[in-house]
Amino acid sequence: MNVKNVIASTLASVVFFAPLSAKELENKLVVITSFPKDLTKSFKKAFEKKYPNVKVEMLKKKTTAGIKYIQETKKNNKADIYWVSAPDAFEVLKDDDLLQVYKSVTKGIPETIGSYPLSDPDGFYSGVAAAGYGIMWNNRYLKAKKLPAPKEWKDLSNAIYYRHIGMSAPSRSGTTHLTVETMLQSEEGWKDGWRNIKRMAGNFKTVTERSFGVPDGVNTGSFGIGIVIDFFGLSSKASGFPVDFTYPRYTAVVPANVGIIANAPHVNTARAFVDFLRSNEGQSILLEPKISRLPINPAAYANAPANFPNPFKDSSIGQDINFDVKLSKSRYNLVNSLFDVMITYRLADLNEATKALHEAEKLLSSNNNNKAKKLIADAWVLIDKTPVSEELALNDDFTAIFKTKRKKRTDKVFGRQAQVEEKWDREVKDNYQQAKTLANLAIDLLK
Amino acid sequence: MAKNGTLGEKGLFLIIALFLLVFLVGPVIQVFYVAFVDVNTGSLSLINFVDFFNTSLFMESFYNSFYVASMSVVVASIIALPLAYYTSRFDFKGSVIIQSLGFIPLIMPPFVGAVAMQLFFGENGSVNLFLEDTLGFKIPFMDGLNGVIFVQSIHYFPFILLNLSAALNNIDRSMEESAQNLGSSGFGLFRKIVFPLAMPGYIAGAVLVFIKVFDDLGTPLLLNVNNMLAPQAYLRISSIGIDDPMGYVIAVVLVVFSLGALGIAGWALKGKDYSTTQKGGGGLNKRKMTRLEALGAYSIVIFTLLIVLSPHFALTLLSFATVWSYSIFPDAYTTAHYAEVFTETPEFITNTLIYASGAAVMDIILGVSIAYLVIRSKIKIRKTLDYVAMSALAVPGLVLAIGYLRTFSDVELPNGQMLASWWLMLVIALAVRRLPYALRACTAAMQQVSVSLEEASENLGASKFKTMRKITIPLMAGGILAGFVTSFATAAVELSATIMLISSESDAPLAYGIYIFMQSASGRGAGAALGIIAVIIVALGTYVSYRFMEKSRKQREVESKDE
Repeated sequence: MNVKNVIASTLASVVFFAPLSAKELENKLVVITSFPKDLTKSFKKAFEKKYPNVKVEMLKKKTTAGIKYIQETKKNNKADIYWVSAPDAFEVLKDDDLLQVYKSVTKGIPETIGSYPLSDPDGFYSGVAAAGYGIMWNNRYLKAKKLPAPKEWKDLSNAIYYRHIGMSAPSRSGTTHLTVETMLQSEEGWKDGWRNIKRMAGNFKTVTERSFGVPDGVNTGSFGIGIVIDFFGLSSKASGFPVDFTYPRYTAVVPANVGIIANAPHVNTARAFVDFLRSNEGQSILLEPKISRLPINPAAYANAPANFPNPFKDSSIGQDINFDVKLSKSRYNLVNSLFDVMITYRLADLNEATKALHEAEKLLSSNNNNKAKKLIADAWVLIDKTPVSEELALNDDFTAIFKTKRKKRTDKVFGRQAQVEEKWDREVKDNYQQAKTLANLAIDLLK
Repeated sequence: MAKNGTLGEKGLFLIIALFLLVFLVGPVIQVFYVAFVDVNTGSLSLINFVDFFNTSLFMESFYNSFYVASMSVVVASIIALPLAYYTSRFDFKGSVIIQSLGFIPLIMPPFVGAVAMQLFFGENGSVNLFLEDTLGFKIPFMDGLNGVIFVQSIHYFPFILLNLSAALNNIDRSMEESAQNLGSSGFGLFRKIVFPLAMPGYIAGAVLVFIKVFDDLGTPLLLNVNNMLAPQAYLRISSIGIDDPMGYVIAVVLVVFSLGALGIAGWALKGKDYSTTQKGGGGLNKRKMTRLEALGAYSIVIFTLLIVLSPHFALTLLSFATVWSYSIFPDAYTTAHYAEVFTETPEFITNTLIYASGAAVMDIILGVSIAYLVIRSKIKIRKTLDYVAMSALAVPGLVLAIGYLRTFSDVELPNGQMLASWWLMLVIALAVRRLPYALRACTAAMQQVSVSLEEASENLGASKFKTMRKITIPLMAGGILAGFVTSFATAAVELSATIMLISSESDAPLAYGIYIFMQSASGRGAGAALGIIAVIIVALGTYVSYRFMEKSRKQREVESKDE
């Protein structure tokens, strides 16, 4: 087997320097992807048409299952391509040396989209599509509940949307993480960013376990409004559901990527596939209504349907933010963990406190009482509190607690995630409960 | 008989122990290992368990899981008891319906089932929209812990129904007749004689419901209830890039606690003999119902079935619906989803049949063998087999699958495929995951077979093997069938291990196909259609096995009357 490997890699390196032509392609390609059938089917068909000798196997695994699969089978890898939305998934594989470098040179594709680099600067993965986060809603639901459609993130903290909103957790979905990080990097910064997120989260009906759970919930009408990535909204609409989608002002437009797995058995075909995805031909497939993803090749928008968003032209999408990728990466697990402790696992407490505060504020609007006003303000301060300051979030020793993966036996980490989380949890739960008590006191005063 | 078991028994013990070691214990330990490592120093320690008990969120989750599991047993018993009572006490035409439809709730394909339940019972589902339109209020069926109890009870009550009916059908008529001769009748008879004799079956079912609900993560996740143990474990194990050991710690706690529950159940049945020496024609005296009784029985049965089968009605509607969103019924109907499913995915169906029946056959072979060793042999550590096999119930599918990849991915088949993702490994994984169902059913059935019948057979010169084949297994047929059906039905819709292990689409079963469809807004109808196909396949499979059992039972009755 070793000999086989040596020969294979020698052959591969020889082929690498030779110009690529259909003749030298291996006749098989195994793609691990989390993308839906509508998307993979179209790309498989188009690629096999272009290279009739190649048979493409699209192996669907959830993003996390895909990572685990590649990690666990690395000694005997049979897969060539990893193709998902979440940029952080590629970072995990890159850190584990499970990807190989391939710089696909494709004419007309810019270096960055907004401030986000379209491909990994080191060449381990390349962008193939762009996506931005936004708000989708169910028209029938909003009509029945007599609610206006929200336009900005801030609208979502309005009391009228109490328990009408759904979102996925950043620890579950890399793209949701980017939305949260975008809000934390908006002009208001860490502290006020968390405040905005929590005011909005007080109105959540649910934090879903899968990112697809959000469009699913809006489509069925189990909740009316969802914070989703654009193609979920656009493709749901294209499938006939009574839903709509909009981009708020502060949204990051980020690339969906593709990478070639280290030791890929069909490396030439894999490279051809990456080139194909980024070519004009591949990019135009993204425009199919059931797929509805944003091409990263500006030229591809020429064939786009009317009203199709174009981040390269439309300055309202993702231009108002300077996204710092390094910053996001340094506190990645910390932000996810904070969100889960403060929101995902304590949603019921947060909901109750928010409800009491909404009621108190409503009473206050018709009945001015300074003591009640003070109570309400104090209660909001308690809800807004975040157990971690921005300085602490930037402290490497502290964030190291959340990167429990030790590369060497001698690596030492101080403190355990469970310990820290338990401390936060106690603090957060107390704050929510106290806030509720204060709000109820205010209600008593105002009644 | 040797004091520590005969040679044959020891051999059987070794084979089964080896199987469990290679395909359950080994892979799982490879994954669970991190639970016992201190992340700060990398040395072995129990510090993570200290953290577990110090974390209020986990303690709260622990309590919630316990509460939900206990209440689900209560509610599931309330559903199952009348159904089991009618089928075994009366000559009741509805029995066939109960027997063939009663297990259908177990076949709830992942994702589609969730969507269908929301569409029907969710806060803005059909039932609540209708209630709001007409009566102006809503019922929170699917809300919080009570929602979990509601869904779990209608999902898992068949465990009690199947095992209890099997046990009731195994009680010797003469027991009942003796009681009647002594003046007992009616409910008193049922309470004092019939129910106690059927206790092993009831406990087997109740324990399964308890452990299954305690360890289940699908339902809490679909209802977005995070504060329970299994979802906490899953959420922590499957987030991107974090290697937080707590997920594995919780998984270890789940295993230990489930085994504890099993131990308590075993202790409750200890020291009592449930076997009766049957003279053939097992099953209670069935009497005809009066018209009024029949009316009552039918209304209860039909009402129960309407509730427990409603997810499947919703699924059927969804599979024919164009768009169904925030309305009592879909906007319009179409057969396009079925057309799509049939043109694209023929191999899903054959794969499912092969995998699920392969796993179920493996399960009853293992189940009967383990039950035999535990109940009949004298091997000292025989009970460990039972506990090890049952621990599979508490091991998340994801953990088992990661363990398989870790253990078997280096090994290659002659054709260059890796062993871990060979389809037969998937069958074994399914068999290991569903073994507890078959094992409980087989154990309960064997507890009811009197050892004196076997001794008589051996005294007449039959070998142990022949006795097993000719006497014990036929008497256990009902329980074995119950085990086969539960293993088969639930293996057919298993997803968590499947999606991890599958390495090519041509090897994929239905559940994987459903998953693929359900990843996009446009695939909902097609996913539901595939879900309905899964339900029909499993229902047919079960109906056939049921007819087969009835036939052989009748045959036995005829034979015994001839003697």
